[in-house]
Amino acid sequence: MATTDPFYEPLIEGDQTFTTIDEKIAGVIRDQKRYHFKHPWYLFFGFGFLLLNVLLLSIAWLLYQGIGIWGNNVPTAWAFDIVNFVWWIGIGHAGTLISAILLLMRQQWRNSINRFAEAMTIFAVMCAGLFPLLHTGRPWVAYWLFPYPNIMGMWPQFRSPLMWDVFAVSTYFTVSLLFWFMGLIPDFATMRDRATNGILQKVLGLLSMGWRGSARHWHRYEQAYLLLAGLSTPLVLSVHTIVSYDFAVSIVPGWNITVFPPYFVAGAVFAGFAMVLLFAIPVRKAYGWKELITMKHIDWMAKIMLATGLIVFYGYILEVFYGWYSGEKVEWALNWWRFNGPYAPAYWCLILFNGIIPQLLWSPKIRRNTTVVWFIAFGISIGMWLERFVIIPMSLMRNYLPSSDRMYYPTVWDFGMFFGTIGLFLFLMMLFIRFMPVINLFEMKDLLYKLQGTKKVVYDDALPATNPAGGE
Amino acid sequence: MAGFTKHKDTPHALVAEFTHPDDLLAAARMARSGGYKNLEAYSPFPMHEMSDAIGFKDQRVPWIVFLGGLTGAFCGFGLQYYVNVWDYPMNVGGRPLVSIPSFIPITFEATILFASLGAFVGMLAMNFLPQPYHPIFNTPNFERASQDRFFLAIEASDPQFDREATQKFLEGLNPEAVSYVEG
Repeated sequence: MATTDPFYEPLIEGDQTFTTIDEKIAGVIRDQKRYHFKHPWYLFFGFGFLLLNVLLLSIAWLLYQGIGIWGNNVPTAWAFDIVNFVWWIGIGHAGTLISAILLLMRQQWRNSINRFAEAMTIFAVMCAGLFPLLHTGRPWVAYWLFPYPNIMGMWPQFRSPLMWDVFAVSTYFTVSLLFWFMGLIPDFATMRDRATNGILQKVLGLLSMGWRGSARHWHRYEQAYLLLAGLSTPLVLSVHTIVSYDFAVSIVPGWNITVFPPYFVAGAVFAGFAMVLLFAIPVRKAYGWKELITMKHIDWMAKIMLATGLIVFYGYILEVFYGWYSGEKVEWALNWWRFNGPYAPAYWCLILFNGIIPQLLWSPKIRRNTTVVWFIAFGISIGMWLERFVIIPMSLMRNYLPSSDRMYYPTVWDFGMFFGTIGLFLFLMMLFIRFMPVINLFEMKDLLYKLQGTKKVVYDDALPATNPAGGE
Repeated sequence: MAGFTKHKDTPHALVAEFTHPDDLLAAARMARSGGYKNLEAYSPFPMHEMSDAIGFKDQRVPWIVFLGGLTGAFCGFGLQYYVNVWDYPMNVGGRPLVSIPSFIPITFEATILFASLGAFVGMLAMNFLPQPYHPIFNTPNFERASQDRFFLAIEASDPQFDREATQKFLEGLNPEAVSYVEG
């Protein structure tokens, strides 16, 4: 007597059972030979590792030489480092959006992409954190950023948006990590019970903390998980809002706009979904997960990208409008500088990648063509980086005093750091894909159970509650 | 989990194994209506009706989260107040020492941080995790409880527990197997 809800139906395709889900997802970790030696895993891993070394080299040289090796100089004190910081933080936001906001809205389709997106969040925040840390110039005393009683008798300035940033980003990282790890505990237990190798069994046993899936455990687990989702939702909105305060609270032309917080949050989700798609499309193909991450998922993610893209585009229009409407000479001059200054190609590429090309996603046919979607997402990733470039260094190059206008040119080490963090991200993602359950096992089973509908249980004979011990 | 040795031969529970989640749910309801109180169900994924079926209620985790949030808000704001008013008062451009609007972001972040830590630590603590050994792991085939099988345990501590009668009762629920577990 199976009843199926058409809303859930296409979310898992093919003839799946609890066992095939385990096999498909956890099998990738257990059967290393089959899944990783023949696939281009090594190619991507190797590429990530190569770029990771570029990062290490750049950091080493930076620590030895100081941040003078970067192109930053007054008035452009913030350049690639902050551009990259904001870009990475934004990419991380899709993970939290998928895992927390969609959970609260009971969007069951999130189940097959949330684990993956959460991992992305953590790795992206790690990449992001490197930049402000190194930009301080003396990262070995980075703990000065935290308020602790010290012999210098000093405290951080709590009224500064930069200090808010420290709290927002460190809280964000901690909460994302907790959320991710909590989701993994039952899956580690499943993998522990499937493991045949003694060492692996012990490691997974430790990680799963003796999880046994009892109803009491699940009860408290669900309470905590839902509350964490509820807490992460305002958190993720606050993080990018606070990041945008770094700019909006100042009086630099091009920064002092009230539209920044919502515009930054939408941009973060936009970039984040683009990154999820960049990874999800090749991964579902390589590991045969087309039945778990279906075309419907791709389609819906593309729609979210389109919607947030429109908000971002509205932000671009408003920036121009504000430049004109403010009546400030410098604000308007800045807009002209964006339109036809030496970095104008960056501005027009931004409009093209973030504003115009994503409009293709209006067509359902295009949303269901993974190759095109992949390239659009790739364009958006570049576009979002350019957006931060247009906002940050391009505003700083022009000032209220024309005598302090000065061009900014990035150096090879700026690019080294940027591509280096892409390497770190790729490296970590590849390790994650190989050694961890990329799709949430227990939530997929939960979804499958809901899909299959309820089974009517009838006992052959009306069973008496026989208990000679004499209970009621 | 294979490879555990029994600690001692005290009875733990009679455990019935099912293949379908709804069988487990129906069995749990039957057992409860049959007067059994110390029930425990094991499933590979959360089943929302199960807590009701085994008669389990617990609201401590949400309260821990709430108290965590309160602590966070208090600590976050208190820290800024203490620093700016008591320990290091500094007049910056004539702004008040207690500039509430600019203290809000850090107060907010601290609230979220403490509440989230409360959720995580509270969940683990209330569940007595990490706990490497539990007698239920001695159940034959229990490694599938995290994969595709569903188990109902009637614990030996139940006042109505009787080796034979309870076994018979469980066998009447069409399980795959019923096993007597010690540990």
